[in-house]
Amino acid sequence: MNSSVPEQVDLSSSPRGPGSRPAAGREVSGRLPWMLVVPAVVGLVFLVLPLAGLLIRAPWPTLLQRLAEPQVLEALRLSLVCATIATAVCLLLGVPLAWLLARVSFPGRRLVRALVTVPLVLPPVVGGVALLLVLGRRGLVGQWLEATFGITLPFTTAGVIIAEAFVAMPFLVISVEGALRGADRRFEEAAATLGASRWTVFRRVTLPMVMPGVVAGAVLCWARALGEFGATITFAGNFPGTTRTMPLAVYLALETEPEAAIVLSLVLLAVSVIILTSLRDRWVSAP
Amino acid sequence: MFRRLSRWAIALPVALALAGLSGCGSGQPATSSATSASASAGGGAKEVTVFAAASLTGTFTELGKAFEAAHPGTTVKFNFGSSATLAQQIVQGAPADVFAAASPATMKTVTDASSASAPTTFVRNKLEIAVPKDNPAKVDELKDLADSKVKVALCAEQVPCGAAAVKALDAAGLKVKPVTLEQDVKATLTKVELGEVDAALVYKTDVIASAGKVRGLEFPEADKAINDYPIATLAKAPAGDLAKQFVDLVLSQQGKDVLTKAGFEAP
Amino acid sequence: MTLHARLVVARPAFTLDLTLEVAPGEVVALLGPNGAGKTTALRALAGLTRLSDGQIVLRGRPLHTLPAEERPIGMVFQDYLLFPHLTALDNVAFGPRCHGVPKAEARRTAAALLERVGLADRAAAKPRQLSGGQAQRVALARALAIQPDLLLLDEPLAALDAHTRLEIRSQLRRHLADFDGATVLVTHDPLDAMVLADRLVVIENGAIVQQGSPAEVARRPRTDYVARLVGLNLYRGVADGARVKVGELLLHTYEHLDGPAFVAFPPSAVALYRTRPDGSPRNLWQARIEGIERHGDNVRVHLDGPVTAFADITPAAVADLDLTLGQQIWASAKATETHAYPA
Repeated sequence: MNSSVPEQVDLSSSPRGPGSRPAAGREVSGRLPWMLVVPAVVGLVFLVLPLAGLLIRAPWPTLLQRLAEPQVLEALRLSLVCATIATAVCLLLGVPLAWLLARVSFPGRRLVRALVTVPLVLPPVVGGVALLLVLGRRGLVGQWLEATFGITLPFTTAGVIIAEAFVAMPFLVISVEGALRGADRRFEEAAATLGASRWTVFRRVTLPMVMPGVVAGAVLCWARALGEFGATITFAGNFPGTTRTMPLAVYLALETEPEAAIVLSLVLLAVSVIILTSLRDRWVSAP
Repeated sequence: MFRRLSRWAIALPVALALAGLSGCGSGQPATSSATSASASAGGGAKEVTVFAAASLTGTFTELGKAFEAAHPGTTVKFNFGSSATLAQQIVQGAPADVFAAASPATMKTVTDASSASAPTTFVRNKLEIAVPKDNPAKVDELKDLADSKVKVALCAEQVPCGAAAVKALDAAGLKVKPVTLEQDVKATLTKVELGEVDAALVYKTDVIASAGKVRGLEFPEADKAINDYPIATLAKAPAGDLAKQFVDLVLSQQGKDVLTKAGFEAP
Repeated sequence: MTLHARLVVARPAFTLDLTLEVAPGEVVALLGPNGAGKTTALRALAGLTRLSDGQIVLRGRPLHTLPAEERPIGMVFQDYLLFPHLTALDNVAFGPRCHGVPKAEARRTAAALLERVGLADRAAAKPRQLSGGQAQRVALARALAIQPDLLLLDEPLAALDAHTRLEIRSQLRRHLADFDGATVLVTHDPLDAMVLADRLVVIENGAIVQQGSPAEVARRPRTDYVARLVGLNLYRGVADGARVKVGELLLHTYEHLDGPAFVAFPPSAVALYRTRPDGSPRNLWQARIEGIERHGDNVRVHLDGPVTAFADITPAAVADLDLTLGQQIWASAKATETHAYPA
């Protein structure tokens, strides 16, 4: 399995000039430097070993039977739907935000960039509490939402999506902003000389050129949303069918039935691996 | 230069902490507790590690201080958390001397998997209805929770407070559809404190610990779902005698006073 | 369609200040060393670099107040900047689409233009599948597709290898001849400038140092840079009849002149001698050999002395004279090929 990272770098750098793609044959030869190989292998083992632990301890004989339980499928469906919608929301809001950070200089831009990463450092549970304070029934905005539209967000599926989007958006914004900064802005200038407005430039030149970065960001974003636990359980609560996503189900199963938790984890893992690899083949390695 | 310094500044305490951990793991006899009067000396200090249910955070911290005062040179280390999580950690080999659980079931997880002293029930905890201070849904008694207009938070059935809630509601013959099943009692209480729900079933001790942020309403069916808190020393307890002494303190009159002040009931 | 422009771009360590007039159908080449400000001037015309002062008026309409996308200007960039995700056809159709032309019509226009530059069969190719020469022609077609009043070309041939360059240069010349708007191209290659342009504007350090027809500039360089470009030895001196005094050296010239003057002669007009030649030819001086290098079929010898000069001699002569670095030698320049013109 290739990592998607080198492909992304390759794609995003190729627009720099025609014919600048490196030849397929590597000129680098000689012994692999152990200073790199040893930590790389240790790092890989470190990442993969817990997965092996799950696989070894999985209750294989009862696996199918456990999977068929309606609650499992319900939680899985909810997880996939919420993570996907949350990713869509992140794309809709995050790509323009990344563009703003990368292309428009305005006072306080550094501060804004730092603020964007806040959900990354904030413990998700704190993020959930913060969301409650703003969007909750007595929150600053939530109060108004309920009074005006009769909308309450906590304990709803929409709340799950909001919590997931909140923690996952920085991944998208950072990835897309990086791609935008790496993209050759002269292509945008070329488009401008051809009469393209800034919106057209963005839509027809910038966006297609940073697409690998957007896809990579969306994949990270989706994966983060899928695994979201703390903010979700705090802001959206935990109720089967509406807000109990897989990670919540895993956590609760862990309280009483560690084996069930392992099964749920494996399901989540398998589904995400299948979706991510198929996405990668479809998008990232396109010629 | 500064970076290098700060790296050392981090590495040093970590190394010391590791050394301290391994020292505690080597299991020196607890009899020499009086030998080191100075608590700052790393080598001679005695430690007892207590895993306790999150609802015991306030009371056990207080008892820990009392224990340290009575046994100079000794430190009590606490790991507070969900009883089920703590039980899993102990089963997986976490170095605990004492386990105080919020339910017999979680204690059983530990006693089944590893040898421990016979658990003793040291307190009992009763459920109360917690409502926001202004009680917007005008909840008075347990059956108000069955009203579909009342937003209710319960603990998930998998954790002790959730199991107790189910028991109480069953005893009252009520069907309640909560909006959320929280992962622990503190999270449930937080939802009430923030006013996100109109009512929740939590322990009386949690209502008292919230220091007036929520109001507690007693209800008769709570007597049908009383939670026993068992405590036990673990056979592999690194701190041996000290562990027993700590349990003794919890069971003593002094311990009872601290616990009942916090809202627990004597067994 | 005449372009009148005064371009002033002030940078911390550099100021561009030049006035440019280009008639319809005329091709003007901005020629100058790296960092002279050629590309800055082009970007200022296109609206990609803000003017500190001055104005741009095209067909009587001020352009300097408009953003780049509203200027009727087509630009061919040095490395073409074809959009990598679009086919050649869609690259060319991009401009018309931005100007509100319906998709089908824009594609028809684009196809016709690709046909004109001889790339009808490459319409579906992505830029990375095109050769350098093909990409250059697509870039030209793309710039022409918006029917600009002013065409800008930034080093249009610089990215091509020598062979392709020859071919594309003559094609580009034909296309520029067909274009009835004004054209400004930037190059540092004198040959490109001579072949493509009707008029050369030489820029050094942000200012115009010389302009005129290619023949004029080539014959009568006014700066060392231009002299080197066109391969002449150039000096500044004071003329007195058919002689010009350059420092200590007195050079006899073909022209008669008085007052401050430039003197120029080609390296091929210089002859070298091991010993002082008999019969004392005119324009004789003693020089030291600073360098010897191949130059086409000949050998170019760098001379230092009362004047620095290049001499082009045959390899046979080098062998005969047994030239070595640092050697003292006699040099003379034919008076019939030594030209003087007013400074």
